[in-house]
Amino acid sequence: MLLNYKGLAQKIGVFLYKTSNNSTEKIYLLYPNFSKYKTLLLRHKKNKEMATDRFQGVDYFQIDELLTEEHILVRNSVRDWVKREVSPIIEDYAQRAEFPKQIIKGLADIGAFGPYIPAEYGGGGMDQISYGLIMQEIERGDSGVRSTASVQSSLVMYPIYTYGSEEQRKKYLPGLAKGDLMGCFGLTEPDHGSNPSGMLSNIKDAGSHYILNGSKMWISNAPFADIAVVWAKDEAGDIRGMVIERGMEGFTTPETHGKWSLRASATGELVFDNVKVPKENIFPNVKGLKGPLGCLNSARYGIAWGAIGAAMDCYDSALRYSKERVQFGKPIGGFQLTQKKLAEMVTEITKAQLLAWRLGVLKNENRASAQQISMAKRNNVNMALQIAREARQIHGGMGITGEYPIMRHMMNLESVITYEGTHDIHLLITGMDVTGINAFN
Amino acid sequence: MNILVCISNVPDTTSKINFNDDNKGLNTAGLQFIINPYDEIALTRALELTEKAGGTVTVINVGDASTEPTIRKALAIGATDAVRINAAPRDAFFVASQIAHFAKGKNYDLILCGRESIDYNGAQVTAMIAELLDLPAITIVKMLEINGNTATLEREIEGGKEIVDCPLPLVAGASEGMAEPRIPNMRGIMSARTKPLVAVEPIAIDQLTEIVGYDKPKPRSTVNLISSDDVDKLVQLLHTEAKVI
Ligand SMILES: Cc1cc2nc3c(=O)[nH]c(=O)nc-3n(C[C@H](O)[C@H](O)[C@H](O)COP(=O)(O)OP(=O)(O)OC[C@H]3O[C@@H](n4cnc5c(N)ncnc54)[C@H](O)[C@@H]3O)c2cc1C
Repeated sequence: MLLNYKGLAQKIGVFLYKTSNNSTEKIYLLYPNFSKYKTLLLRHKKNKEMATDRFQGVDYFQIDELLTEEHILVRNSVRDWVKREVSPIIEDYAQRAEFPKQIIKGLADIGAFGPYIPAEYGGGGMDQISYGLIMQEIERGDSGVRSTASVQSSLVMYPIYTYGSEEQRKKYLPGLAKGDLMGCFGLTEPDHGSNPSGMLSNIKDAGSHYILNGSKMWISNAPFADIAVVWAKDEAGDIRGMVIERGMEGFTTPETHGKWSLRASATGELVFDNVKVPKENIFPNVKGLKGPLGCLNSARYGIAWGAIGAAMDCYDSALRYSKERVQFGKPIGGFQLTQKKLAEMVTEITKAQLLAWRLGVLKNENRASAQQISMAKRNNVNMALQIAREARQIHGGMGITGEYPIMRHMMNLESVITYEGTHDIHLLITGMDVTGINAFN
Repeated sequence: MNILVCISNVPDTTSKINFNDDNKGLNTAGLQFIINPYDEIALTRALELTEKAGGTVTVINVGDASTEPTIRKALAIGATDAVRINAAPRDAFFVASQIAHFAKGKNYDLILCGRESIDYNGAQVTAMIAELLDLPAITIVKMLEINGNTATLEREIEGGKEIVDCPLPLVAGASEGMAEPRIPNMRGIMSARTKPLVAVEPIAIDQLTEIVGYDKPKPRSTVNLISSDDVDKLVQLLHTEAKVI
């Protein structure tokens, strides 16, 4: 920063120095009557900062009026946090395929871990629309960071709260809410993705404990998680959930490298080689596939909102770029083909917002069905992916660079459209729901 | 230590400003309102001070019910309680009089404002409150430390800084540097639900200013690029168009 101003400072004959105050750089000029140059320098600095994240939300149908004052405060606070903590660093981490571990504390402090878990267990005690808006704003920054928050909230805290014993709740939830403990969720296996009921991971009763064998694949947060919520079959063939702790003998978490998607999120395997699992680590209150599916309902709901965030970021960037970029003597936003793209984007975002909002209302009333959640997840993620592709075109060559968030969102969304039930699997869920005929097998 | 922080409700910096009422009023349709950023700095510093020394932070706003989301945000950031003087703010004297009237006799150790509000940029309220309460006023404060019964404040002055020691109580106007504004977290937002926010009726104050009308600044003119080898054209335009030579 200092270097940038040095040349100018020499030219105008002023002397300047830099101090650091809470990580914000401040430039001070020491020169009588320098106000004119000071203003100039400060403006330059401000423009540079603003160039990093000028995002403005999309609300074409006054949907804010459907939200409460508190919802809007939640959304705006998380948006401010993302601008301050995520946007400035995320591109760099995604390029280097590294998870920005330092933001765990920030995510916990802002309240992104377990927003709807009751406050007595360290959660936020908030409603489902607040949870959705938090996911939307975090995914506006990056789907990988949102994945970390989703997994912690919906796939780790939710099952411990819903299926766990009181001891399990007390033991894990407050630490998970504070980010002192990080969790992951192991359902998918190398040979069982869309069809988790065929899983091979299993537990055998060994008297004082169970013995767990098997492996899980594609597990978000696995490489650094302190605990894993794992689903495995018992001897009767029923799917059971349990908490596995790092450090248990025979439990390893090798990292998955070479991803072109969710590069700022750590993904890995869970390998269980005769792991001794204390009996008190098994969830007492659930048996069967409905255990993991309950978690997925909650996470998919959050994704239906999250995808709107990614879509809004792409649209926001494309809209601004199309007004600034001039070709053939006018801004490219003045060409009908660009306008078609932008108009369709804002239309689709608006539809997705209404879908998510209505789903949130139903979820608050405990009336949202798994099928409705499937439809919203499928529609909204696909909407975001299509918008990312169109937005990339609007940015021309610049769209493939890290100067803009588009390509990162687009690549991220390829995971989002696959995990938590693929695009096609969700379609089959709707298909089965409306016809009453199972087309899965 | 008990601190009163004055917060005003101002349009977001990115807002497009329009007028109504025959160009005598601000058209608030579609505007996003925020806590005046300098007031947010003051609030954050007040919280830092009371977190260290104990005490309360009360926020006060002169405004109609529409300012409550802004006040609620101040509570979510961490203020103890809030007061809203139920009247649309007419001018600096009106606002300062309402706040001074409320604060009188309540023995606040410190009354903090922002150096100015970013809507009208009047920068008068701090000094007026102090005058009405017969307290010292220290404006454009970049740093504020409290030691026992004395405050040490650093003021921004042209080309340097000024260090002021002043006994409490006092009124100060916060500027950049005093604190890094905090973003409310979910816990804060939830606890703001139950914090007291009371509306108090205003006292009668003479109207000292009258708005004659608002005008927008002229839009920025476009840049005229002249090729570097066409000096004649440059000279001609400077003469005929810019009329500077
Ligand atoms: C980055 C990332 C993070 C992930 N994080 C986690 C995690 O934290 N925890 C976890 O448990 N899992 C996680 N997953 C796994 C994810 O949920 C699975 O990838 C997903 O369920 C799909 O399974 P699969 O990859 O085995 O694909 P498959 O099930 O093999 O599907 C391949 C294709 O076949 C189609 N298909 C399958 N069955 C049918 C059918 N009956 N009819 C028609 N088409 C069908 C699918 O739609 C898909 O197009 C993650 C995945 C990724 C990419």
